[in-house]
Amino acid sequence: MIILTINGKTYQLDVDPGTPLLWVIREQLGLTGTKFGCGIAQCGACTVHLDGTPIRSCVTPAQVADGKFIRTIEGIATPEGTLHAVQQAWIDEQVPQCGYCQSGQVMAAVALLESNATPSDADIDAAMSGNVCRCGTYPRIRRGIKRAAAALGNDDSGETVNG
Amino acid sequence: MGKWTRRAFISAGVLTSGVVVFGIAIRPGNRADRVKDLIASDDESVFNVWLKISPDNTVTAIVPHADMGQGVHTTLAMMLAEELDADWDQVAVLEAPAHKEYANYALAKGYAVGDVEFPSWLVDTVDGFFLTVMKAMNMQITGGSTSIPTTGQAGMRVAGAATRAMLLEAAAKAWNVPVEELTAAKSRISHAGSGRSGAYAEFAPAAAELSLPVNPVLKNPDQFTILGTDVLRNDVPTKVDGTAQFGIDARLPGMKYATVKASPVFGATVKSFDANAIRGMPGVRRVADLGDAVAVVADGYWQAKQALDSLPIEFTETEHDAVEQSDIFRQFEADMDAATANGDEITDMAVGDAAAALAEADSVVEAEYRVPYLSHAPMEPMNCTAWLHDGICELWTGTQNPLGFAAEVANVLEMDIKNVRLHNGYLGGGFGRRAFPDYTIQAARIASEVNFPVQLIWSREEDMRHDHYRQASISRFKAALDSTGKPTAWINQYVEKHDPKEAPYIPYGIGNQYIHYAESATHVPWGFWRSVDHSLHAFFTESFIDELAFTAGQDAWRYRHDLLNHSPRFQKVLDTAAELSGWDTALPENFGRGIAIHQSFGSIVAQVVEVEISEGRAIPRRAFCAVDAGYAMHPDGMRAQMESGIIYGLTAALYSDISIRRGAVAQSNFHDYPMLRMDESPEIETAIIDSGEKIGGAGEPGTPAIAPALVNAIFNATGKRIRELPVRLHDLTDEDIESRDIV
Repeated sequence: MIILTINGKTYQLDVDPGTPLLWVIREQLGLTGTKFGCGIAQCGACTVHLDGTPIRSCVTPAQVADGKFIRTIEGIATPEGTLHAVQQAWIDEQVPQCGYCQSGQVMAAVALLESNATPSDADIDAAMSGNVCRCGTYPRIRRGIKRAAAALGNDDSGETVNG
Repeated sequence: MGKWTRRAFISAGVLTSGVVVFGIAIRPGNRADRVKDLIASDDESVFNVWLKISPDNTVTAIVPHADMGQGVHTTLAMMLAEELDADWDQVAVLEAPAHKEYANYALAKGYAVGDVEFPSWLVDTVDGFFLTVMKAMNMQITGGSTSIPTTGQAGMRVAGAATRAMLLEAAAKAWNVPVEELTAAKSRISHAGSGRSGAYAEFAPAAAELSLPVNPVLKNPDQFTILGTDVLRNDVPTKVDGTAQFGIDARLPGMKYATVKASPVFGATVKSFDANAIRGMPGVRRVADLGDAVAVVADGYWQAKQALDSLPIEFTETEHDAVEQSDIFRQFEADMDAATANGDEITDMAVGDAAAALAEADSVVEAEYRVPYLSHAPMEPMNCTAWLHDGICELWTGTQNPLGFAAEVANVLEMDIKNVRLHNGYLGGGFGRRAFPDYTIQAARIASEVNFPVQLIWSREEDMRHDHYRQASISRFKAALDSTGKPTAWINQYVEKHDPKEAPYIPYGIGNQYIHYAESATHVPWGFWRSVDHSLHAFFTESFIDELAFTAGQDAWRYRHDLLNHSPRFQKVLDTAAELSGWDTALPENFGRGIAIHQSFGSIVAQVVEVEISEGRAIPRRAFCAVDAGYAMHPDGMRAQMESGIIYGLTAALYSDISIRRGAVAQSNFHDYPMLRMDESPEIETAIIDSGEKIGGAGEPGTPAIAPALVNAIFNATGKRIRELPVRLHDLTDEDIESRDIV
């Protein structure tokens, strides 16, 4: 039996403890916002937060998360439905195209801004280069992160010039 | 022209210069009735297959195309709403069900008869012929960058204008006033004289009983209030909160999961497998022999994958088991040589006398280029959920061709197509891959062996090794230059031609041209890959023209400009990109700048890349893009597609290489088929040119020119000419690339 706290709700689950967390989230819990992309931690589509740290859930055994706090894309907005600043910035910048990678991108960006309120371009490169987007939305993701940082009260970061 | 029939099905529409519709070919009969039950609830009036109006005055655009990130649902709805004078805040979008009434003949027609001007659609027999052919082929395709130029221009706008006219006519009758005195705006009709005003919905039921107007007049761009603006895409909110439903997100009661392993060597079949080896593994429900693949069904994907990995499978031997990538390139060379020796070259185009011009030339330049196979690698691996129950087969997937997929499944399961119901979700990337139904057929076959819904998910490894690949190819050039360096002859031979036919054509004014190819079939499955043949030929032709400019001692931009004197439209696109980039400004050390231009799917795109060479690697720092697609319906969507096409093309040019080893694909996942990532993504600036020319596509034309712009920039930075992609094969710190083949 594994105990997971996901987006504030606690679940007792009877799963093989070696099952990657991704499949527990998608299949057992039915939270399909977290995506399967590669299965080997190469693309970031499965990014969730484990005790606040972004992890690749496709290679993280469920037992690693036992007793810990997990946050997924479904837990980023407030319970009342107010979008997170990163989500709103993604809409304002019209970031997504096919959208499949964007749950992971949003989770990586939220984690970045929680640890670094005014990320530089180099900080964005370092934090976001584990997340692949085949539609090539990277320039808009970069703008989205800067816009979200500004919205969160760090107006100087929005002025950062690339390069 | 066909007879106008009440609530008839509009099968095609034509416009020129944005003003007057010459005519709408109408199929006789009341076809709208047949789709009515698919798209309308009881109190809605169906005008035609492209829109409906609800009692609350919501206009729903029925869009016969899949959205795979290109924003086509929004743009098509804009086109309809514009002509309808609808209130954009009350416009909804619905993807058309997989139904024959939506069979899309424009795309196949483009491939079948080339780049035909729209006015030929007036010829009803031609339309009728292609409509029949396409319905017979069960195609309802999103591809070929055709959604806006064909469905949008000929379908959505005409339908919107026609419906607006019908609503006005109905209001004129209801109020007993001349229709000329009525105005329409924001989904309401007003009569200034009497001060009356009413919502579209009030007149919708009466209007639906009217005959379609013969000549709905379309707006000029200067009358647009919705088109040409940057409205927000309707799909974006669901893509930032995890609620967007992709094929892989289907969830059904009692659903189990499956995964497959197909023969690594294309063409082999399953010889044997030992199901006992995995009997008793947790969650395993069934092992299915699919002929060329084995599937394991289990309670979860992970259990199915673990069991499949433990399952001993033997595949049959084939004649391709020993094929290496080098063998394929040797075969290409031999077939090209043989075609020349035997005189069985296949001509794409010939003007003037290229051979004679070559013989008289002051100098001759020769070069040979190569490109590898490419995989699509969309972020969402192939998947399909299938459930056979109550005599029907239900499918949940993401497809660029829902009707074709349903037809394939009906065929395999020997069912009537009316009993196959396909629910299309968002596509987690398409790029051409999701036009091939292999994964859907597999899911249906697995589901036919069990009595519960099954979600088949391919591993990333399966997805990469069982794609339908962009072809590998070789292209050889010879050009003659006169004493001023101007080309007088252009001879090009290549292998592996697919579509579209014009992909190897050049825009330059060269009087003697001979472009031809040799056939050289391989066992590697081919598929449409973003921009199809344009993806290789732009690299070939725009690299070679760059070599000619260098040999002539001239500037790469101005050399092209002078060869485009016959086409101000091309020149404007080229010059816009060059000027946007600050072409004549100095660059830092270890930087280079390259330019390229290419026309595809009716749109002309020029791009400039600024590359930095750092520790032997090429990193594109900035990209500048100019695009003339006639008119940008949704400018921000156009910019997004250019950005997307550039990064997709840069990824391929820098990194992508599918190679064959012992008959099978050697690569398997993103570690050995790497992707461009945030830290290497260039800043991109796009200039849109609204020339007023015929509407072109957007989804693909951003891709072709970026690879040659990149290698031309690398040449500019290093003096090293890369003639074989991907770039990462070449160590830019060494002198391993010489300026060869310049005679």
